[in-house]
Amino acid sequence: MGELHIVVCVKIVPKPEEIRVDTETRLLNREGVRSEVNPPDMNALEMALTLKDEFGARLDILSMGPPSFEPHLRAALAMGCDHVYLLSDRAFAGADTLATTYTLAKGIEKISGVDIVFLGEESSDGATGQVPSGLAEWLNIPQLTQITDVNVDLNQWVVQGRREIKGGYEILEVPIPCAISVKTAANEPRFMDFSRKAWAFEQDNLTIWNASDLCVEEEYIGLPGSPTIVSDLAEASVRERKNIFIKGDAEEIARQLANIIQSVI
Amino acid sequence: MVKSIYGVEEESKIILVYIEHARGKIENVSLEMLSKGRELADQIGWELKGLVVGNDVDSLADVVLENGADGVILADHRLLENFTVDAYSHVVFTILVDLKPSIFLLGATANGRDLAGRLAVRLRTGLNADCTDLNINLETGVLVCEVSGFGSGVLAMIEAPYHRPQMATVRPGVFSFPENRLDRPGEVYAYKVELNKDQIQTRIIEQIIAEEVDLTSVPVLVAGGRGISGNFEALYRLAELLGGEVGATRPPVDDGYIERERQIGQTGVVCSPQLAICCGISGAFHFVVGIEKADIVISINTDSDAPIFEFSDYCVVGNVESILPALEEVLMADKEVVHG
Repeated sequence: MGELHIVVCVKIVPKPEEIRVDTETRLLNREGVRSEVNPPDMNALEMALTLKDEFGARLDILSMGPPSFEPHLRAALAMGCDHVYLLSDRAFAGADTLATTYTLAKGIEKISGVDIVFLGEESSDGATGQVPSGLAEWLNIPQLTQITDVNVDLNQWVVQGRREIKGGYEILEVPIPCAISVKTAANEPRFMDFSRKAWAFEQDNLTIWNASDLCVEEEYIGLPGSPTIVSDLAEASVRERKNIFIKGDAEEIARQLANIIQSVI
Repeated sequence: MVKSIYGVEEESKIILVYIEHARGKIENVSLEMLSKGRELADQIGWELKGLVVGNDVDSLADVVLENGADGVILADHRLLENFTVDAYSHVVFTILVDLKPSIFLLGATANGRDLAGRLAVRLRTGLNADCTDLNINLETGVLVCEVSGFGSGVLAMIEAPYHRPQMATVRPGVFSFPENRLDRPGEVYAYKVELNKDQIQTRIIEQIIAEEVDLTSVPVLVAGGRGISGNFEALYRLAELLGGEVGATRPPVDDGYIERERQIGQTGVVCSPQLAICCGISGAFHFVVGIEKADIVISINTDSDAPIFEFSDYCVVGNVESILPALEEVLMADKEVVHG
């Protein structure tokens, strides 16, 4: 079977607290907004790195986006990964879940020989949580989703994962190759290994592939490959509240709160 | 442009709702979708159908009809006893390609998302995830989905006009239950499931399900944040007194003070109680979305500048440790007076 080959899909997202909607154009104002590795993807990286620590593995990062994402991906590389593949082409722009999962699947096929694909549970900007399952479908491999703990059996060539479900959990087993999405906050992501930083920023450790490198079918990528259309955008309205401050000592406050509670329920 | 397996011209004028169930009971989100689905179906004059997949599930058909569906499709097979995405996606895909509904709705639950993600790719169609509202264009039959992004600060209206089915997963708790048990005549159709073991690659090794907590529909929510330092006892006592449940922000959950299923907000539960009492919660936006549907919000925090007060009807600047016991005492005393 040889060495385990793991790919972690990483998305670079704008920091959510810095995003605003331009009320006139109704477009997202990304000007001056800083980016970061999607926080749930950090949990996926950490789980993959734990497997690498335990079994030894080749661990690649796969991402899609403009070349400006490079520094973020190289910083993630310095956590202990081996190589970054960045899928970058203007033709990929405007991709929804269908086009994104197709393009990522083509990237994984081109990397080739991948045993386990790790992903974060969802992205902080889109929060659709549909990429892991969609990617597994394109690759025609089984999936484990929202996993908090993982175990690889190299003899049986299977993966077991603990998945939280309503009211409890289940332990599921699937054969390798497979895709695994990691439950957000399932672990504490490690910091960058500073001794690897210079290495991570060496040119050769990051490969950029464009649409023709991936041999994609054009109707499946970017806008043509995306069935969904955003028809309108708005800043979420916040519900008006009364904002009445209740004052007094603990007993007086308790009396007033009790009256309010009794009038509501 | 990418083409869906079946297109607009082949669609049936049907809104199909995937009915999720566990241990003989239909999940709340499925009933909520039936309620919204009924409303949309009536507006445009289409049919509303429920799809129940499982083993020995025929008893659920009546419940689906009572909650507003015009018809039920049952996919019953012993290999469907437990949810596995391989088996379920196979069966549901076959039914969708046969029935060709214009709209297919699923709950944005763990299993609903897994299933939806697979099916949308297999059908080559669009998928709007975790929707907070649904509308239908009465002229075109296009489903317009409201989704929130960026910590719920931004709302987007998304549609997939040229692909079928129009798929969406719906966030639990955003729609209300069907109000009346409608006595509607409805047809139950038992679908012949063809499935064998080799089609299922997922093995369930172990499944532990304790008593489940469902915060989406509790009447009273008592929620604790970082400010209560993991001390939830007083919150549990108050919740019990008021016939409610206890929830939490993310930090106490991450620190292991309380179960993750009690987490409120963007990555947790969105609830719509009559009353929410927030104890020691600062009021980060990703928490606040979880209580936005509460009728009345009371907040207690030592910091008078805490953002939570902006999202509250009644604000108390004070210590949870002294106010909750005092409140408990007053409520107990009142209760004794009422009950003599």
